[in-house]
Amino acid sequence: MHRLIPQCAALLLALLFALPAQGQGAAVPNEQFMPVPSYRVGPYAAPGTSLYGGFIDYLNLVNVRDGGINGVKLTWEECETSYSVDKGVPCYEKLKGKGPTGASMFNFYSTAIAYAVLDRAGADKVPLVTIAHGRTDSSDGRVFPYVFPLVTNYWSLNTDIVRFIGMRSGGMDKLKGKKIVHLYLDVAYGKEPNEILQKQAALYGFETKLVPVPPPGTDQQSQWLEIRQYQPDWVIVTGYGVMNPAMLKAAARANYPRDHIVGNFWTGSEEDTIPAGEAAIGYISALINPAGKEFPVIQDIEKVLYTKGLGNMTDQSRIGTVLYNRGVMTGIITVEAIRTAQGKYGKKPLTGEQIRWGLENLNLDDKRIGELGATGLIQPLKVSCADHEGGGAVKFQQWDGKQWKVISGWIQPDKKLVRDMVEASSAKYAQEKNIQMRDCSKGG
Amino acid sequence: MQFFLEVLIGGLLSGVMYSLVALGFVLIFKASGVFNFAQGAMVLFAALTFVSLEERGLPRWGALLASLAIMLGLALVIERVVLRPLVNQPAISLLMATIGLTFCLEGLAQGVWGSVVKGLDLGIPDVPFDVKGVLVSQFDLFAAAIAGFLVAVLALFFQYTRVGRALRAVADDHQAALSLGIPLQTVWAVVWAAAGAVALVAGLLWGSRLGVQFALSVITLKALPVLILGGFTSIAGAIVGGLLVGASEKLAEVYLGPVLGGGIENWFPYVLALLFLLVRPEGLFGEKHIDRV
Repeated sequence: MHRLIPQCAALLLALLFALPAQGQGAAVPNEQFMPVPSYRVGPYAAPGTSLYGGFIDYLNLVNVRDGGINGVKLTWEECETSYSVDKGVPCYEKLKGKGPTGASMFNFYSTAIAYAVLDRAGADKVPLVTIAHGRTDSSDGRVFPYVFPLVTNYWSLNTDIVRFIGMRSGGMDKLKGKKIVHLYLDVAYGKEPNEILQKQAALYGFETKLVPVPPPGTDQQSQWLEIRQYQPDWVIVTGYGVMNPAMLKAAARANYPRDHIVGNFWTGSEEDTIPAGEAAIGYISALINPAGKEFPVIQDIEKVLYTKGLGNMTDQSRIGTVLYNRGVMTGIITVEAIRTAQGKYGKKPLTGEQIRWGLENLNLDDKRIGELGATGLIQPLKVSCADHEGGGAVKFQQWDGKQWKVISGWIQPDKKLVRDMVEASSAKYAQEKNIQMRDCSKGG
Repeated sequence: MQFFLEVLIGGLLSGVMYSLVALGFVLIFKASGVFNFAQGAMVLFAALTFVSLEERGLPRWGALLASLAIMLGLALVIERVVLRPLVNQPAISLLMATIGLTFCLEGLAQGVWGSVVKGLDLGIPDVPFDVKGVLVSQFDLFAAAIAGFLVAVLALFFQYTRVGRALRAVADDHQAALSLGIPLQTVWAVVWAAAGAVALVAGLLWGSRLGVQFALSVITLKALPVLILGGFTSIAGAIVGGLLVGASEKLAEVYLGPVLGGGIENWFPYVLALLFLLVRPEGLFGEKHIDRV
């Protein structure tokens, strides 16, 4: 016991000296913290590992190749959500205060989790980025200052798809009298396009039928029998995970032509088509980013990270797939938003509130996209106080049995129809929650 | 009428696919009175092992035999590590152990073989052929034949082999069976190995339809109402229960779904099973449980 006394005294002395040093002299690390609420296990592990693998690879590329964003190193911590709300919300709470300035922003890639933390993010002043998912009417930045459904939302997407079908039919006027089914995963995400599809049906004179698929969607026999009986001209699909290959197999069993099925951008990855085998040949889906390794940014990732063993993907054959590239696209948007915010607040670690400004003033034009080595990978994006979507266009791709082939240019949404619906819905939300709308003419 | 027939036949054939999963549950319940929560995870593990071995260059039959051997090895490990320490413990302890086993197997499967969705082509086309205007899937017919074959083999095994009879004795009473000199550990190892083999067959058929991915472990949800209807201890019951669940859920989805808002086929079989429990708690073919007081 006596032998321990000098050691304890030494430890106490060391602590006494160390504590003031930490409180007074320690500099704030020149780091920007990024929470990564990923899903790498469970039923959605396949898309999750690609999405977040691509995202982390891009952040790492910026650190290794560029030394961070204007010298500010990016740091991150993963938290496993398993794509479920009960794990997603604790992940939000765990990570929101980490790093020298707190979380930069959150991107859950889960509509359900995005809904669950929407109010918290606003209260905590942490941006919630919901690229191509989440609550559609949050595109109205006047009501949702901290939510950014960037690139496109489900309503814009649906108008894109109907336009594509119109083009294939020989013009929008040819849609009159046609029958279009919406087959959707029966969860919040799947139901998002229903309202606008019914509006478009009235607008263009086509008939529509909504066919829900109970999650997870492993068996769709009855749905496809219903569809076969209805004899639609086109089927639009809003699916995710196992529902997608099951859908293609069930369509084949019902003898429905796959080249008249159009999936959304969460229903159009290699993970959806490869398991379906020959049943997927001819299937069409929307895309917000194509697959491929021809983009300089993807080549940089391989050259700078993977040759040195610094890459995040264990299975390197997935680099360049649709979802991996979507993760890289997410990384580009994230980094550029922080860079934009640094332009106003200085080249230092920024708070969520400051990065919110960066997101709202993000302007990724063709020139900048070219400089980033991402021409063709992402569409131009201009965000504003009122418009938190920024883009809205999609391309279409078709599965040839081995890979996706892009079959259209960027197709723009029906912005007027979408914006009217967004404003009506967000105004209702503002009234329910007693939110004072921002006046964007006064700079937000 | 033609459409009704198509829904009915499609439902019956879907039900056979549920039965394949339910069979694994029945085997273990018969031997130990335990509901094996890990059966779905075993289906995932078996299928993932098969496709991963094939990806690594093993020929199809080699991969099949190796997967079978791995499932048998797994059964031995489960018996040694999980079950043996729980002999004569309450059934709830065994149930909890199988819940823990579920998470272990799911994690092990994805940890060892990865989380990528893998395609599996068994060479049986999943396309329909026309029978007087009714489309019938070739793949579903193949699955039905496989299920019929499995049932025949298992029924013969339980009825006419020494191990099968020992297994039925163990199912009745662990302690009594032990006092008669029946090696409980061996019986359990055999039955878990058989359940592993059934899981491999179910995993290959379901994996061929959905892709080999994590969702295979949740198809067990479809097997629960099958077991309630058919009885937890009857192999024939698993088949009949599967047919009933498949047909009723498809007919309900098509004819009641539009009235109730659609998407009802997930819960409809459970409602049916609950109603059935009120009338016949042991299921159609289950053994009636009588307690002497």
